[in-house]
Amino acid sequence: MSKGILYDATKCIGCRQCEQACATENGLPYDDKIAAQEVTSAHKLTTIVTKDDKFMRRLCMHCEDPACASVCPVGALKKTALGPVTYDKSMCMGCRYCMAACPFGVPKYEWEKAIPGVRKCVMCNKRVAAGKQTACAEICPVGATIFGDREALLEEAKKRVHDNPGTYLQHIFGESEVGGTSVMLLSSIPFNNFGFKTDLTERALPLYTYQVLSRIPDFVPLFGTMLGGIYWITHRREDVAKAEAQEKANQDKGGAE
Amino acid sequence: MTVPRMRFTFWKAVFIVIMVAGIYCTFVRFFRGLGASTNLSDQFPWGLWIGFDVMCGVMLAAGGFTLTAAVEIFNIKRFHSIVRPTILTAFLGYLLVCAALMYDLGLPWNIWHPLIMRNPHSVMFEVAYCVMLYTTVLALEFSPIVLEHFQLHRALKIVRSVMVVFVILGVLLSTLHQSSLGTLYLIMPNKLHPFWYSPLLPVFFFLSAIAVGLAMTIFESSMSSKYFGRELELPILRDLGRVLVVVLALYGILKFEDFYHRGILGLVFKPGYEQRFFLLEIFLSVLIPLGMLLVPKIRESAQGLYLAAVFCLLGFVTNRLNVAITGVENAVGGRYTPKWTETVITAMFVALGFAIFGFAAKYLPIFPQEHEPEEKAHLPALRESVRGAASERELAGSELAVPFHAGD
Repeated sequence: MSKGILYDATKCIGCRQCEQACATENGLPYDDKIAAQEVTSAHKLTTIVTKDDKFMRRLCMHCEDPACASVCPVGALKKTALGPVTYDKSMCMGCRYCMAACPFGVPKYEWEKAIPGVRKCVMCNKRVAAGKQTACAEICPVGATIFGDREALLEEAKKRVHDNPGTYLQHIFGESEVGGTSVMLLSSIPFNNFGFKTDLTERALPLYTYQVLSRIPDFVPLFGTMLGGIYWITHRREDVAKAEAQEKANQDKGGAE
Repeated sequence: MTVPRMRFTFWKAVFIVIMVAGIYCTFVRFFRGLGASTNLSDQFPWGLWIGFDVMCGVMLAAGGFTLTAAVEIFNIKRFHSIVRPTILTAFLGYLLVCAALMYDLGLPWNIWHPLIMRNPHSVMFEVAYCVMLYTTVLALEFSPIVLEHFQLHRALKIVRSVMVVFVILGVLLSTLHQSSLGTLYLIMPNKLHPFWYSPLLPVFFFLSAIAVGLAMTIFESSMSSKYFGRELELPILRDLGRVLVVVLALYGILKFEDFYHRGILGLVFKPGYEQRFFLLEIFLSVLIPLGMLLVPKIRESAQGLYLAAVFCLLGFVTNRLNVAITGVENAVGGRYTPKWTETVITAMFVALGFAIFGFAAKYLPIFPQEHEPEEKAHLPALRESVRGAASERELAGSELAVPFHAGD
């Protein structure tokens, strides 16, 4: 069963304990200065964004069919069966296609390091594999971030939105964006207030490249044969001319004798 | 060879300055990281090195496959004398692209990873394989030039007997990765501006690679005639100019149809940041060269062909930079301009390209012999016989027919 995270902005009190727990879990420093940064980076994998008196959490959305994992030439990024999209620096060659491809701008780079890697929320994949919940969900004092089976969380989200139409925006961000994500967000105000793109396609992004890539195996023998065929045809005349010249030479020789 | 002395020393000085600066920037890049040496950021993971060194580098090297396809596969013999310089350009281009990639990759020592870690769903994986294989193919296509120089006739014969396989492989691999550089961006439908994001991106990249291959051949022939004192093969360049007209027209019409069907023709006339860059690109790449080459007087003249080719090259370089940089600026909310160190590294690769081309042209049999033999050509008669194949008259039934018979 694929796991997921549901963040409900209407319950969030902006205490930023999820940020701190995340930093601890990932061995990153955390202090007041970092707390004040409301953007994710290589040293801050999740953040609370404030808009007036509203909050929103930014973290990796863990797409069901992630663009980052599909574009990674070496498979350093992977969508695991449990839900988390994980990253293995020992495989990475640092092309940063994942960063260019991610529709949410999630993967960040360790620009200042001489031996850099990609950093992103990996949904505490080791904890999840051990049957535990993510550090952010565990620490949340008000249940704004909850962890569980994605299907169950989606049902819960639908119920909340349906039962409290006055409180919630009628949109579960992540239900269908880019084919659905393991992380889902609820809010009372439109998501573009927090810098989310609201024009995202509902089609899984890897399909856009796959529809071209998948034709290559068919294309290669066809095009190869075509090129070889053109060569064969265009060089035929020469061959004939040479044979004729040879014949003529032979005849001349025969005539002379 | 009758280059004015002043000019020679001036370019030599420029080259040395760029190389010294380049070595310093190389040091900064590898010891202090990408953050210290570039203006790349989480918003702009790809900048000048990907946009120019890689994307334009591969595109500018497209003359190699365009001309080998024309001569070896379509058997258009009159282009034969200019195949070698284009193969040299292509081989050099790809080597420089690979070198530049080592600067851009965060962990360049892992560049071999795609060999054993495969993700066939990744366009980058496909590009990596194609570039790797095509660079090898180019090395083989280039090898007869070196073998001739050292007069290794047996090796030469072996290479020639299998050449047609490599030529076909080269055209196939080029078609794949030239278009795939466009496919790379298909994954960004919500990021790349509609001027550049199109389902036809791979087709546009492929067509423009052919146009650039032709323009680059005209450009490099003109430059060679200017700096190596070679006679200009004007009739050949005129033919290339005509082909260029057709390719540019196809590209332009397809672009129009694509814009029409996606309903964004109106955007072209709406003033804006992207619109300015798009207009610059489309005028330089298609409209101006096409307009010029459609005038017979310009199309027939060496100067006119050269100028049209230069416009075309600048235009498609703008196109690649627009796709890589301008087109995503709005979506990621920022502007990117390369840091001086980035620019110096790029300039270093361009300078190296020119320098190595000049060096190779001087010491290797790149151009068919037409003037008096150079003083260092130790066995002129033998050389002439090997090279003779490069001249149009002797072609029929000689060099080119060898692989045909071998495969028959």
